[in-house]
Amino acid sequence: MDVLTPRTLPEALRLKAEHPGAWPIQGGTDVMVALNFDRGRPATMLNLNEVAELRGFTRADGALRLGSGLTYGEIEHGLLRDVLPALAEASRTVGSPQIRNRGTIGGNLGTSSPAGDALPPLLVEGAEVECASVRGTRRVALGEFVTGVKRNVLEPDELITAVWLTPSRAPQTFMKIGPRNAMVIAVVSLAVSAGDELRASFGSASPRPVLVTAPRDEADSFAERVAAAASPIDDVRGSERYRRHALRVLTERALKRVLI
Amino acid sequence: MRINGEEHQADCWEGESLLFALREKLGFPGAKNACEQGECGSCSVLLDGTLVCACLVLAAQADGHEVTTVEGLADGDRLHAVQQAFVDAGAVQCGFCTPGLVVATADLLRRNASPSDDEIREALSGNLCRCTGYAKIFDAVRLAANA
Repeated sequence: MDVLTPRTLPEALRLKAEHPGAWPIQGGTDVMVALNFDRGRPATMLNLNEVAELRGFTRADGALRLGSGLTYGEIEHGLLRDVLPALAEASRTVGSPQIRNRGTIGGNLGTSSPAGDALPPLLVEGAEVECASVRGTRRVALGEFVTGVKRNVLEPDELITAVWLTPSRAPQTFMKIGPRNAMVIAVVSLAVSAGDELRASFGSASPRPVLVTAPRDEADSFAERVAAAASPIDDVRGSERYRRHALRVLTERALKRVLI
Repeated sequence: MRINGEEHQADCWEGESLLFALREKLGFPGAKNACEQGECGSCSVLLDGTLVCACLVLAAQADGHEVTTVEGLADGDRLHAVQQAFVDAGAVQCGFCTPGLVVATADLLRRNASPSDDEIREALSGNLCRCTGYAKIFDAVRLAANA
């Protein structure tokens, strides 16, 4: 196995083009588990830790560009807490401080797990995923980026370089159900915002991210609408019936928080 | 990489974790190997001053960086305040989780000198004690905070 450590984004993209089978690794919180448990042995790893262009976030014309190397810890404790409160709440529920110090939103998108905690709050905020390669850069709406359980539209020569969004500044919140507060994969999670319209997205209740919207004056039926949009499964963490029920309850609670 | 202030080199297989390199190649067995998936916190170390699970860092990612392990906390024979507090509070049962908890506690107190119980709980939420000795671990954290 080779570990390639590019120092710049152009170098990273060139290496990904030369080694399309390379596994990108940023925080390693998913990739290292796969390696440690021998679930994969890529010929090449692409260590993105030293690529400064992927870190932090920048503002441009009212929009925000979140680098794919932005960690949950940076979202939870930094300036974004006020701008993207639901994403900050979601970040705080990820794993433990150790995990949040390493895990990144780019990694969450790349893994494309239905339980990815960053996905519902990002979808509610209308996020787009920036995918780059030596061929150029494109932006894909988050709802189109994930195509199924752990599947996405990323081409073999592409890297996730950023997430773009224009903060709605709408009241918003994130909720998550699990056996304890820390270190849990969501049994079900939910992000809700109440701006010009009601918007919701959930985790662990559909193979790909789903956005549910309704006019504000239809708040009474919104919980039912959210639960109906889900397509949960029975698995070790919860049943289909429980997940749908929990989404109903969480949506009602979330609306009480955000309809102010 | 720099470990506890000194340069070290190791010949690693490229897919190796920092934890494996520390324990098996570099002679730093303080960080413990248990879950290898970031669930238990027993391999907690500081990477450039940030608390991480060494099992989730590729050894190659630590190249050129500063690693602090539990072995690097004491000043010679003088225990770090957190280590002393764990001894004084009897916060050690089987001892397996202790190095990770000591590193995580030192990290917490460096950022927050007098944490509330909720803050302690959140800061240590990634460190499991299978002996369930949390009450005395909390005593030790409070003791170290007041030291």
